[in-house]
Amino acid sequence: MTVRRLAQKQPESFDFTPENKVWCEREIAKYPKGRQASAVIPLLWKAQAQHQYWLPQRAIEKVGQMLGMPYIRVLEIATFYSMFNLEPVGKHFIQMCGTTPCMLRGSNDIKAVLEKRIGEQRHVSADGKFAWLEVECLGACCNAPMVQINDDYYEDLTPENFNKLLDDLAEGKPVKKGSQIGRTSSEPEPGKANALNDATLYDGSVVGSWQQRFAEARAAEKEAAEKAAAEKAAAAAAEKK
Amino acid sequence: MTKIIVDDKEIDVPAEYTLLQACEEAGAEIPRFCFHERLSIAGNCRMCLIEVKGGPPKPAASCAMAVRDLRPGPNGEPPQVFTNTPMVKKAREGVMEFLLINHPLDCPICDQGGECDLQDQAMGYGIDTSRYHENKRAVEDKYIGPLVKTSMNRCIHCTRCVRFTAEVAGTGDMGATGRGEDMEITTYLETAMTSELQGNIADLCPVGALLPKPQNFRARPWEMQKTEGIDVMDALGSNIRIDTRGREVMRILPRVNDAVNEEWISDKTRQIVDGLKTQRLDRPYVRESGKLRAASWQEAFAVVASKVKASSPEKIGAIAGDLATVEEMFSLKLLMDKLGSKNIDCRQDGTKLDPRNGRASYLFNSTIAGIDEADCLLIVGSNPRKEAPVLNARIRKRWLKGSFMIGVIGEKSDLTYEYQYMGAGAETLTSSATKPPEGAKKPMLVIGQGALVRADGAALLAAAAKVSRAAGGADGWNGFNVLHTAASRVGGLDIGFVPGEGGLDVAAMAKGGVDILFNLGADEIEIAPGAFVVYLGTHGDKGAHRADVILPGAAYTEKSGTYVNMEGRVQMSPRAAFPPGDAREDWAILRALSGVLGQALPFDSLMQLRKALYEAVPHMARVDRIEAGDVTDIAKLAAAGGAPTSAPFKNAIEDFYLTNPIARASAVMAECSALANGRMQQAAE
Repeated sequence: MTVRRLAQKQPESFDFTPENKVWCEREIAKYPKGRQASAVIPLLWKAQAQHQYWLPQRAIEKVGQMLGMPYIRVLEIATFYSMFNLEPVGKHFIQMCGTTPCMLRGSNDIKAVLEKRIGEQRHVSADGKFAWLEVECLGACCNAPMVQINDDYYEDLTPENFNKLLDDLAEGKPVKKGSQIGRTSSEPEPGKANALNDATLYDGSVVGSWQQRFAEARAAEKEAAEKAAAEKAAAAAAEKK
Repeated sequence: MTKIIVDDKEIDVPAEYTLLQACEEAGAEIPRFCFHERLSIAGNCRMCLIEVKGGPPKPAASCAMAVRDLRPGPNGEPPQVFTNTPMVKKAREGVMEFLLINHPLDCPICDQGGECDLQDQAMGYGIDTSRYHENKRAVEDKYIGPLVKTSMNRCIHCTRCVRFTAEVAGTGDMGATGRGEDMEITTYLETAMTSELQGNIADLCPVGALLPKPQNFRARPWEMQKTEGIDVMDALGSNIRIDTRGREVMRILPRVNDAVNEEWISDKTRQIVDGLKTQRLDRPYVRESGKLRAASWQEAFAVVASKVKASSPEKIGAIAGDLATVEEMFSLKLLMDKLGSKNIDCRQDGTKLDPRNGRASYLFNSTIAGIDEADCLLIVGSNPRKEAPVLNARIRKRWLKGSFMIGVIGEKSDLTYEYQYMGAGAETLTSSATKPPEGAKKPMLVIGQGALVRADGAALLAAAAKVSRAAGGADGWNGFNVLHTAASRVGGLDIGFVPGEGGLDVAAMAKGGVDILFNLGADEIEIAPGAFVVYLGTHGDKGAHRADVILPGAAYTEKSGTYVNMEGRVQMSPRAAFPPGDAREDWAILRALSGVLGQALPFDSLMQLRKALYEAVPHMARVDRIEAGDVTDIAKLAAAGGAPTSAPFKNAIEDFYLTNPIARASAVMAECSALANGRMQQAAE
């Protein structure tokens, strides 16, 4: 995290679209009278979604007016949560997970792709289409590595399929959300659908194979002890002689 | 009440007490940064850690844990806490080390040095070296207004300022943006704060992050002489401490008085300091062929004496201004008596209050502390936020506690609390809408000078009294309150500084009803050409411009005097500094002048003057107490009747920052005023 400030270049005005206004009113009505401020995060979220995924100053003020909050209270929230972008993030805002499971499954390669194609974090690419940010766990570890682009998850990435994904997005072609290798949510990969019927899973040769180590160690210990005892007995017998 | 053992000492405290309060009760001192008695509990500085026996095996933040949260011992013994064990000391040292990690070592150039909580507590819990080898955090300084300077590297994120503006001031100016190491205290995009109480956050700041800007790099706390005085900027009579170095007033700070200002003072009270030095009248002046010329006291007195001799008593008059002490008004009244004139008035704004209606008719009868007990409030023709900001904070405090209905008749304005807007003028006051909610036992009505200075002020006063009577209330509760704007007003009314039988009132005098007018510091009044004006005051303001003879007096910090605040509390303020040049204390000038006029006043010292005053007005001797008004006066007043006109009420104060000559001489107040006006214009657009 670094200090977060509002963008230098700001639009003149901001207002919710009529549909979003209705949505906001419904959201505000969820809370009891005098507690309207509770709706601040949904409203900011909607404002951000409506405004190319970043929050201009006028949107913060608009939300403050709608909820009767001092502007500073809204600004506090907008700067506190990293999910609110205070600066333009391009058409496709990529949040790349770099936490341990994704890292173990190759997020560093994904990061290299991003650095090569887009450049530094928090910078919009020259064509205005992309910006990226490394974030902490997004909760899709079983499909690691993964990125979130705008509202959607793209999982099971490799440098190849990720490059293709970015190409398609840049060209405006339809892309597949979720797993990029054809998995349905976190089920086994296609073609490995019978993986759960594999006998080796249950005979202890794969799952739990690590436990053999203890049995082996115990046997070795026992053997050593027996050997030592036998040697001792032999030595004692020799002495007797 | 619950028993608790603090350091082997058993005490009995209310169960809702925090452990910190309980420890203080037991005599143990607990260091703290974020905790403040008058703000909500944040529990984020962790300096107040103590050990709780039987609790979790870690130190507990005593400010955020209540006595009732503790479990008794295994055999039902009272819970036990320790404030001086090695564990506590080590824990606090750890906290202090973390706090100091990012705190710059700039105490030698920091204005807070010498009165800094962090400095003091580091003496007890700090270590002499640092184990921290990384770079310190650097934070940009913020602009938050003309009164408070920021040095944000020093900030320890106690959030006292944030809580003060959100809770007490009610403007929500300050906030904490970002999080973790990047947290920053700021206003919204570095705009100036909007509260009239913003100066208090510099007092609240436990470190040197927020400091009073006008006093930047001026003095060290240990160099200053401290005098406990009374403020005259509004009629609240805030208790202040005047810090002087040599002859110069360096700063003004609040003093704690729970019955009056709690712990706060307004920005005007605090920052008119520079106004005490500029535009001062430091020698007598006499007008000769249209131009003022510096003169000696003898010359000035001689001119006045010759004029008085040539005139007749009914053509002499006297007006007292808003900052006058009771003593000097009493002296002036005696002098006018001796001259045979009945033309005296202390109500330069023309308010229709009259001591003949009884003392209760012009007091804030419920008392300021009484606001805490009230259960509903009707504000008539007043904007308490501008007329008495600290009182307004008190109303807000009561409002925050809940079940407190507030109604407003008059101008709509942002009072920092929600209210029901009932109407603009008298027709609402006389309608049935003013009935308080069912079951209200302590209803309050506050009528402001906005309503009382009008031509129909007397009728409005009667109407308000009628509403207050009709609202009823518990026995011993007087819900009729007059909100004053002038510090001298109640004192003046108490000693009867109003026209005698057949005497002229202030409007008649100002319009040319008199030939000679003694003006005791009244600068907010237009005096028609013609009259010979003797101005006795402190600043080269409106009064001095109109004057024919100027007699330089002492400002409120430069004289010992008595003031009566709006609730009728008599308070005495000692002298903290000396008047500049030839200026003298006002009562002494009047005494000297009376000698030249051949009507010597019967006292030669302030003591003798006070003795005479106490004989004439006995309750003036009861300092720091309130002589309550008689409730039956309200009934009599209500019966008076009269027909108010329907014109909407206008608030008495338009520009909070420029209400008196001292404030108008202050550059700081001028800047605040310009900012406030700019905001108003912006809001209008």
